[in-house]
Amino acid sequence: MSELQNSLLELIRRTSAEIPDDVNQSIIASLEQEKKGTIAESALKIINQNIQLAKRKSQPICQDTGSILFYVDCPVGFDQILFEETAKEAVKLATKKGYLRQNSVDSLTGKNDGTNVGPGAPAFHFQQHRSPEVSVRLVLKGGGCENVGAQYSLPNEKLQANRDLDGCRKVILDAVLQAQGKGCGPGILGVCIGGDRATGYEMSKTQFLRLIPDRNPNPELDKLEQDILKTANELGIGPMGFGGKTTLLGVKICAANRLPASYFVSISYMCWAYRRQGVTLDADGKIGKWLY
Amino acid sequence: MIKLTFPFNEDKIRALKVGDEVLISGVVFTGRDAVHKYLHDGGQLPPEVKLRDGILYHCGPVVMKQDDGSWKATAAGPTTSIREEPYQAQIIKDFGIRGVIGKGGMGDKTLAACKEFGCVYLHAIGGAAQVLADCIKKVRNVYFYEKFGAPEAIWEFEVQDFPAVVTIDAHGNSLHKEVFAMSQAELAKRL
Ligand code: SF4
Repeated sequence: MSELQNSLLELIRRTSAEIPDDVNQSIIASLEQEKKGTIAESALKIINQNIQLAKRKSQPICQDTGSILFYVDCPVGFDQILFEETAKEAVKLATKKGYLRQNSVDSLTGKNDGTNVGPGAPAFHFQQHRSPEVSVRLVLKGGGCENVGAQYSLPNEKLQANRDLDGCRKVILDAVLQAQGKGCGPGILGVCIGGDRATGYEMSKTQFLRLIPDRNPNPELDKLEQDILKTANELGIGPMGFGGKTTLLGVKICAANRLPASYFVSISYMCWAYRRQGVTLDADGKIGKWLY
Repeated sequence: MIKLTFPFNEDKIRALKVGDEVLISGVVFTGRDAVHKYLHDGGQLPPEVKLRDGILYHCGPVVMKQDDGSWKATAAGPTTSIREEPYQAQIIKDFGIRGVIGKGGMGDKTLAACKEFGCVYLHAIGGAAQVLADCIKKVRNVYFYEKFGAPEAIWEFEVQDFPAVVTIDAHGNSLHKEVFAMSQAELAKRL
């Protein structure tokens, strides 16, 4: 096995079995905030136990090991084809070893060949930069929470949402209301304002690469993020929708240019089983450092 | 915390109300999409699958064969229940099921069937695959393994202190409806 394949296999194992520290801290903080003796508290306790147990056993945190999303930053001249081929082999191997569930189905035949590799799976997003460093980030995005994602086209008459930040606020909070606990909350929102239907959702997912406690450098978006987080947690939806104080752990919003004719707000919901990890790779494909 | 032990007879089930936390012990059978459709279409169960006064668990577990030939559940969290809404009420009625474990809640037809026939919906913690697998002390048997494949088969589990919350009771109450109405009202104040 090549060094690169080895490194990617370890990246997959760790992403599937270990929640990044910022998410873990955020869950522990919300556990302390919930009223003692409530169902919300019990739910968060079990979630926290599950996180510890999965790490100790090196087993998937959730049996839905999700869509496999690679984000690669690389220098000019980096061999992307080789990377993709190697990553696909690593995914197959990780599936054999049980780090990933046999989780990818041919949409036409309904067949699951048990490899997790097929058209569009896994997904790769490459970005070139001018530094020599290669970094690979991996997100495993669950299906239950993907199902509660939503895309709104503004203006939205029913929600009285216009083409401004207040309109965005209204539709984002509507998505939280509609999702209730069905996306295995407490959740994290990744949002893109603008773009087209495809780039909007794509960019909403890149927000999951951010750390939970980070702040948006754009003051207007930062204000919106803080406002939605606070408001959502006042709604009383709570973990799993059982009622309680913790509905969301974080809100991350970006903006993209749009056409004059369209104004999309694309919202992706990430469940508490927020699996994201990343590594830098040296020239041989060996892991340099862990990114989260 | 209420201990709920097999057999889950009607009195025990009717005594439960939404918001109760329970620890389930005894036999539960898994069943998800393929099983529901099969039973709804009039399919027959093997005589060993005794659903009467039993619990059906919406779960597609990861179960590994051990060296001695026995099975072990290594990940076993709930799957989304609402997909079974078209079938669930009929199955509760026909098979005398007393409890359905899943996640995300169910709709009005199931709610009505729970009330009429004495059944509850038990919400497990979505994603807690490891904690819940640990509660499965024994895999007693598997049915329809060839026919439906591993995740869709009927697994007979012996569970101990499996945690869940009653979110639909046998009195017509639904925690999902209550929380939705309350959160909708709270949101309206903040728009
Ligand atoms: S939504 Fe997340 S936690 Fe829930 S079952 Fe899917 S992957 Fe697991």
